[in-house]
Amino acid sequence: MIEPKIILTLVTFAPLLGVLVILVLPRGRHNAIRSVALIASLITFVVSILMLLQFDRADGDLQLVARANWFQLAGVNIEYYLGVDGLSVLLVLLTTFLTPIAILSTWTAVEERVKEFMIFFLLLEIGMVGVFLALDLFLFYVFWEFTLVPMYFLIGIWGGPRRIYAAIKFFLYTMAGSILMLLAILWLGLHFDSFAVPDLIAEGNIPGNIQTWLFLAFAAAFAIKVPMWPLHSWLPDAHVEAPTAGSVILAGVLLKMGTYGFLRFNIPLFPDAAVRFAPWVALLAVIGILYGAAVSYAQKDVKKLVAYSSVSHLGFVMLGLFALNSQGIQGGILQMVNHGLSTGALFLLVGMLYERRHTREMDAFGGLWKIMPVYGALTLIVTLSSMGLPGLNGFVGEFTVLLGSFNSEALGSPLFAGFAAVGVILAAIYLLYMFQKLFLGPADKDENKRLKDLNWREIAILVPILLLIFWIGLYPKPFFELMAPSVDKVMAVLQAVTMAVR
Amino acid sequence: MTLHDLTTILPFLIVIVWACVLLLVDLFIPGDKKGWTAFLAAAGLVAGLAAAVQQLGMQEEAFGGMIIVDGYTAVLHILFLGVGLFAVMQSYDYIRRKGIERGEYYILLLFTLSGMMLMANAGDLIVVFLALELLSLPLYILAGFARPDLQSEEAAIKYFLLGAFASGFVVYGIALIFGATMTTSLAGIVAAANSPSVLMLLGSGLFLVGLGFKVAAVPFHMWTPDVYQGAPSAVTAFMSVGAKAGGFAALLRVFVSAFPELASYWGPLAMWIAALTMAWGNIAAIAQSNIKRMLAYSSIAHAGYVLVALPAAANAVVAPEAIRAALFYLIGYAFTNLGAWAVVLTLERTEGEGLEIEDYAGLGEKQPALALAMAIFMLSLMGMPLTVGFIGKFYIFRAAIDAGLVWLALVGVVTSLISAYYYLRVVVVMYMKSGEPQIRSEGWLKIAVLLTALGTLFFGVLPGLLLEFAGQAQFLSFIP
Repeated sequence: MIEPKIILTLVTFAPLLGVLVILVLPRGRHNAIRSVALIASLITFVVSILMLLQFDRADGDLQLVARANWFQLAGVNIEYYLGVDGLSVLLVLLTTFLTPIAILSTWTAVEERVKEFMIFFLLLEIGMVGVFLALDLFLFYVFWEFTLVPMYFLIGIWGGPRRIYAAIKFFLYTMAGSILMLLAILWLGLHFDSFAVPDLIAEGNIPGNIQTWLFLAFAAAFAIKVPMWPLHSWLPDAHVEAPTAGSVILAGVLLKMGTYGFLRFNIPLFPDAAVRFAPWVALLAVIGILYGAAVSYAQKDVKKLVAYSSVSHLGFVMLGLFALNSQGIQGGILQMVNHGLSTGALFLLVGMLYERRHTREMDAFGGLWKIMPVYGALTLIVTLSSMGLPGLNGFVGEFTVLLGSFNSEALGSPLFAGFAAVGVILAAIYLLYMFQKLFLGPADKDENKRLKDLNWREIAILVPILLLIFWIGLYPKPFFELMAPSVDKVMAVLQAVTMAVR
Repeated sequence: MTLHDLTTILPFLIVIVWACVLLLVDLFIPGDKKGWTAFLAAAGLVAGLAAAVQQLGMQEEAFGGMIIVDGYTAVLHILFLGVGLFAVMQSYDYIRRKGIERGEYYILLLFTLSGMMLMANAGDLIVVFLALELLSLPLYILAGFARPDLQSEEAAIKYFLLGAFASGFVVYGIALIFGATMTTSLAGIVAAANSPSVLMLLGSGLFLVGLGFKVAAVPFHMWTPDVYQGAPSAVTAFMSVGAKAGGFAALLRVFVSAFPELASYWGPLAMWIAALTMAWGNIAAIAQSNIKRMLAYSSIAHAGYVLVALPAAANAVVAPEAIRAALFYLIGYAFTNLGAWAVVLTLERTEGEGLEIEDYAGLGEKQPALALAMAIFMLSLMGMPLTVGFIGKFYIFRAAIDAGLVWLALVGVVTSLISAYYYLRVVVVMYMKSGEPQIRSEGWLKIAVLLTALGTLFFGVLPGLLLEFAGQAQFLSFIP
């Protein structure tokens, strides 16, 4: 067992070891560099499992806390403050789980400047895990902004033809939101003489009209990241241009930083404003669900289709969170994980196809089922999971979200759930349409006839994800148990406010 | 004049006396061994630095109140001397390869540095003026040091004409203030100015304009891009950090400690100047394709960020923290900007080529270490976390919000976003375009890049030490 005080620091900074080793390796030794990166990310995963073993699932409080003074600015302590609870534990695990998979997927896809690629990738992991664990607003902001830099390079150097445009758009868009959050963080720090989130929640008592502004400032950063309609336009560009591994992490983890931000900061810090804004957020979420689905259907490029489907799926997450009841929030958290798994896997699959055929136009394919049966079967499972077939993970999350939002007092109307349910049907339409275009029909294109089926490495990449897809779909109880006590704590904060309003 | 008077101005005295001595010594150093002058100048700066460090924590007046030595002075002196050392380091190879290696270069550098230091010592408006001229005159010469290069000569004459103009504003302002209060000593002005008179307002306004020229605040910034581009790059590097900090040294001291009664007048004015400076500097920088011009506009923008501290300091409660924030920002900016300029010097070729941003293409692949350093400087200039630039902005916007100037902080962050666009372009060109960049491999320049890059990162991750250091910057109180 590892000392509880340092385990979160280890989870966060374990990839740094890999970075240091890679730095001294000569740039030509690609396989050595890849192996080091893979091993470093696997070590991080193992450490995160150790973290899970020490995590007390009956306790809703922050656990395994690491807290120390970092420095003092104008008399206010800025702290190195990490902690994990039911809201973040699954997301940390998702990050450490997807990173080695993504690294493994680059084995043959990234041939140029492998050294820098792996360094940026491991740095990105540090930033992402840090975002989910940081409890001091300053520290959180540092991690939050830090994730921008490696992702910017991943898109800009190893991306597709319009990579520079996409990278800059990604960077500026995200930064535009976070600078507003920075002002709100500054205000909170001045008002409370502390940046520690649990302390701020405990003190509470931010006047209602100021809560509105602070809520909006934080929401600007998070809504862009999610991305919520109508702030989503950076996402298709970033996804389409990013290298496969970048897309996997972008969809799998980076977008969750936005939804997690709402859950960790907006709702408990500004409960009053959260209750007031809930119907509006839900409205945008439902528009996102329907819009994302409709636009997905119109795509000719598979990767773009999957990218837009993210807008739709994350609408469900936001709808669940802002149902502001425990079912909705639990469903939202689970749906974050589900989307990370399903969409991550979809991007991996698209990447594998692209590596073989160097196009992602759906019209270029057809009848692949006969040529690549293993690939077809795996894609079918992932597709079904993404559209929410009962027995697979997507169903559990979406169903819980719909249940929560249907009963939600904060939303005040079952219509949100009703329209969102239409999104489930639309998802089935565009995903099955995609599947049909790629795999069914006659295999009439000559270029496709010689395509090789998946090799063992590629199967090994996908199998862990598929196992989780089935596990969550068939037996989600342990996942809900992990988050339930912490969600109850968030609910307690919210109930105190609704009581006061009455 | 007593012995005590002399010891209080010891750091300044060391630098200026050493400059005079070097003027003679340099005569005996043969033309091909001018490197010795550089080493001797650096030795003088180190001696001054040692004396300045000794003065940390002092709170005293000398020469009948003409000279002040307080925490603010000591912090600024250390900053100036540090910047001076970097300037020598960066110039050493540069002026040799440019064919302008003459001993006066380092001596002029020492003179202008002593002017900056006197600026931080000034307890009287006359001393401020004296310091301003001591700062400016050697800089005019340095800007034209690459003569007969036309651009350099043009830069010098432009800088001189506009600088002289600005000095005129300052003198006239001082005269009006004297008319209103019958004194030029800062303590005397505080005691005399009970109600703001028209003369006093006009005088302080003119004073603000004059110093606005020196720090390159909008709308008094017109000279900056041309001068920065035309002057030898090593001089520009020094000017963009040192001369700016010198201007701020007087600006903050005089307005915050001598004109507190007028705060309701200069506060809003400074607020608009700060907002305009941040906005225009960053917007105009977008259009630049020459790295020197881009950094020139960027330095205008950064003057705007420092200026945010002035309206914040109009609020007496926030003032001490705002001053510290401004000094912290200046120190952080010194690290970052000197580093960026060191990279520019590395890529500049003899004929003045290698100064377009496009010339940086391929640097990421061919010179990973240099490109990484430049990327760090660019990220720090735009204010990304884990760099000292972020802490500086955080500190200064905090002061603005503390003083109730939320909208000014908003302008600050929005313009930072704009700045990200053109700083990122350098990164894009370095890492995402291919090319064959040519660089100079010069020892001292490499050390300068390394030190500034490490400083930018180190104080971004662990700013505690530097914050504590800037925290010593306190004004000597004039209230008896």
